[in-house]
Formats: sequence, C-alpha cells, structure tokens
Amino acid sequence: MTALTRWIRRNLVVIAGLGTLAYLILPNVVVLVFSFNKPNGRFNYQWQRFSTDAWTDPCGVADLCGSLSLSLKIAVWATIGATVLGTMIAFALARYRFRARPAVNSLIFLPMAMPEVVMAASLATLFLNMGVDFGFWTILIAHIMFCLSFVVTAVKARVMSMDPRLEQAAQDLYASPAQTFVRVTLPIAAPGIAAGALLSFALSFDDFIITNFNAGSTVTFPMFVWGSAQRGTPVQINVIGTAMFAVAVLCVLVGQLAGARRKRS
Amino acid sequence: MATVTPDAPPADAPVQQAPVRRTAVRKRLVPYWLLLPGILWLLVFFAAPLVYQASTSVQTGSLEEGFKVTWHLQTYGDALSEYYPQFLRSVLYAATATVLCLLLGYPLAYLIAFRAGRWRNLLMVLVIAPFFTSFLIRTLAWKTILSDGGPVVGALGSLHVLDVTGYLEITAGQRVLATPLAVVCGLTYNFLPFMILPLYTSLERIDGRLHEAAGDLYARPVTTFRKVTFPLSMPGVVAGTLLTFIPASGDYINAELLGSTDQKMIGNVIQSQFLRVLDYPTAAALSFILMAAILAMVTVYIRKSGTEDLV
Repeated sequence: MTALTRWIRRNLVVIAGLGTLAYLILPNVVVLVFSFNKPNGRFNYQWQRFSTDAWTDPCGVADLCGSLSLSLKIAVWATIGATVLGTMIAFALARYRFRARPAVNSLIFLPMAMPEVVMAASLATLFLNMGVDFGFWTILIAHIMFCLSFVVTAVKARVMSMDPRLEQAAQDLYASPAQTFVRVTLPIAAPGIAAGALLSFALSFDDFIITNFNAGSTVTFPMFVWGSAQRGTPVQINVIGTAMFAVAVLCVLVGQLAGARRKRS
Repeated sequence: MATVTPDAPPADAPVQQAPVRRTAVRKRLVPYWLLLPGILWLLVFFAAPLVYQASTSVQTGSLEEGFKVTWHLQTYGDALSEYYPQFLRSVLYAATATVLCLLLGYPLAYLIAFRAGRWRNLLMVLVIAPFFTSFLIRTLAWKTILSDGGPVVGALGSLHVLDVTGYLEITAGQRVLATPLAVVCGLTYNFLPFMILPLYTSLERIDGRLHEAAGDLYARPVTTFRKVTFPLSMPGVVAGTLLTFIPASGDYINAELLGSTDQKMIGNVIQSQFLRVLDYPTAAALSFILMAAILAMVTVYIRKSGTEDLV
C-alpha cells in the first residue's frame, strides 16, 4: 500500500498531465464517434445508431462544401498576404535601427492584445460607413490584418537569433547582397517564415468572430457550423472535422519521419 | 550598379562623394520601404477603425436618417448601466477559466518538458492536433458530452457533485448545459492550448541541473518547485494568462452555444447590438469600454509581474 501511494506521489504530475490531455482530446473523440451517427432529428447531439452515410456523402448537405472551399481559398490568400507583408516588417525590425521602432513594435503587438470582438466591430463599422460591400474581399482584408502580427513575431524571433557572421562570411566570399540574401539569409529564416505561414493559415481557416462581423451574407466554413448550431447540425460537419484532424496528424507524422530519416542519413 | 564601397581607393574623392551619399540615403530608407505596405495595412484596417469606432460611440441617429457626431456621451452611461452584469460576468468567467487553464495546463506542460522523454514530440502533437478540427465543431461536441442525462451529468449527479455546484449556483438542478459551469468549462477547454504552449516554452528552457543542484542542497521536490522551477517559468505564466484571459473576456461563442440567456457575456451583447439590433453607437461604446478595460488590466498586470520585455 505504501509502495502504491509512493508511486502515485512520485508520478502525480504525470497523472495530472495525462488527465489534462484527456480533457483536450475528448471532444475530438466525440466528433469522430458522432461522425458515424445516424441522428433521428435535425441535431446530431445524441447517439442513435451506427451508419457510414455521412462518410460516403460528405457534400450531401447544401452549401457545406461550398463554404469549405471558400474558407480554404480565403485562408490561402490571407496566408500569402500576411506572410509577405509580415516577413518584410520582421526584417525591418530585426535588421535596422530607426526612429519609429517603438511605435511599430506597439502597432504589431496591439492586435494580438485586443479581444477579437473589438477589432471585428470596429473594422465592420469602418466598412459600413465607407459603403463597402461585405463579402470575400472584406473577409480577406480582415484576415490579413489579424494574421500579420503573428507572422512578424515568428519571423522576427528567427532572424534575430541568426548569427550575423554567416552573412559576413558570404560577403567575404564575394557574394553580392542579393546572392547573400537568397542563398544564406532566406534559408536560415525559412523555418520562421514557414511557422508564421502555418499559423496564419490555421488562424484564418478557423476564424469565426472577425468573419462573423465582416462577411455579410458570405458563408465560410466556421460560419456554416455556427448557422447549423441554430438550424440543425448535419453529421457531415463531424466528417469534415475528423478528416481535417486526420490530415493534420498525417502531415505531422510524415514531417517527423522525413526529419528523422534526414538526420540519420 | 556603380560599385561604390566605403573602402574603395580614394583616387578622385570629390567625384565619388555624390553617389556615396545617394546610396547612404537609399540604405537609410530601406527599413521604411520594407515597413510601408504592412504598416499601412495595419494603420488603415486596424488603427483607423479603432479611432473611427471611438467617434461612432458618440454619434446619435438611426439607420434610416444616418448617424451624426453629437458628443452624446450618454451612450456610455446607458451602456454601462444596462450591461454591467454582462461586463462583470465576462471578467469573472474569463478569470476563472484562466485560473483553471493554469491549474490544468501546468502539469501537462511540466510533464512534456521534464518527464516525457522520447514521448515528448508525440505529446506535443496531441496538444496541438485538436486545433485542426474547427473549434466550433469541438465546442458543439461539449453539448453532447454535457448533455442532460448523459454519462458525465449522471456521474456528477450520483457523486452528489451537482448538489454542491447547485448550492453554489454554478449549475441548476440536474443540468450542466445552460449553466455557468458549462460556459466556463468550454472557455477553459478552448483556450487551454494557449496556456500550455508558452508554459512549455519557458519550462523547456530551464537547465535540468538546477533541479539537481536544488536537490543536492536538500530541497524537497516541493521546495524545488516553489523556489526554482516556478519562478523561472514566470514569463510563460504571464504570457499564458494573457493569451487566455484576453480572448476569453471577449468571447461570445461558448456563452452562445453552451449557456442560456443568463450566461450572456459582453461579447454576446456587442454581437447582437451590432448584427441584430443595428445599434452601432451602443456596440461601439461597449467595445470601446471592453478595449480600455483590457488594455488597463494588461498594462497593470505586466508592470506587476515585471516582465515588460514581453512586448
């Protein structure tokens, strides 16, 4: 008995940590299980019986796959926009001393320290008063705006930790500034840029609050899910959710395996 | 391009001076050219709207006749007196969720940083992977988990937990859904990864030899944690609490999906004023108050915790 209590006391943090992990994973398990449900009513909240209907017909609900492809399209463009603009700002902040630095730093930090609903409402007020039509473009503009800061933070950290002697060495070996940038600086900064881009994609794809205010009658995937919570939740959204989860885990695993193999060879 | 470098032989110096100065000026302008498009984007679509919103909050009018700036500060008074319960509730729910995130997230971050060994990468993937299922779908899953008469509610009921929570008025009868408990549970769940990741980053940086040193100096594990590990993880704690509290205080999704009308937070009010009632001045005033309150709290908090290098 004392051995058991001693074991528990020694591994208390492990037990608590795994408990938290279970709390984090549980909803995903529910989403997976309920993607095989065949609900009686319009809502997919209670287990009825097993069925693969939703998996064989994922686009069987009106507007679902349309909203999904719109979300992907917006996420791709928002990622490109935010990554290009954010990387430029990050290089300026990491490499140059200039007078407006503190002001620029706070302008980058503020969007991350602001509740989304505040940004959402104020941007929508602006669009409304300028008479802009809400839709694809207003969503894209908003997404680039809130993804920018995250790209800047990710890239800046990477560029700041870069050894400046590497670039000096390239120049000593007669590389032109352009060659140095393409052959040395960019490859070293690449993981930061990739991290920023991935984060942008995830943030944009899954954004609801800012899109809710700035979409007008355009329906992105999160907007579709939100609407379905009122109208009736089709099983297909669980299928999409599970598929996205599986694709993401697969990508991570492939990346890890590729990394491990490269390390070995 | 003229190859004018500072260490070029000064054969005819006066002639070369002009191009040198021009490249110097051009070089000084480089950061501004790099900044220009991105900063312009933030100024036009982030900063300007905030200013514009401040002006909207002191306008009066209607959708048909248009709104005019009349310095109608009464909007703020009315908004505060009508919606202060939602404000207080937002702060209370967000603070509770933040504390719960810290209590739940710390052991997991600690486990991944110090005890996971070769499982570390797998555990990290498991923390991040749920993100890839849209958070709205996962929040809806809580409706199933906490459903009336479901296994969770049944277990809590038979353990008499619901009697205690009912007495504390965080649940109602034999229900968990549509109570404060459900909303706080959803908020905690949704923002937990934002707590775990910064905690992990700061824990992972701690030199393991410090733990050994503390042990060698006869510190018990608890003392080592209190005097060494926890203080060194403070940057992560500060960053994590901010990343949790700020979005949680403005959230309206959990209250809408898991709560009832008695759990509405300030985000719900802003959303419905803006998108349903179309009372833009009130929505603007409310979000301006929320922004000011958050910025004030964050500033004080960062000062107090002494990690200003966070920004």
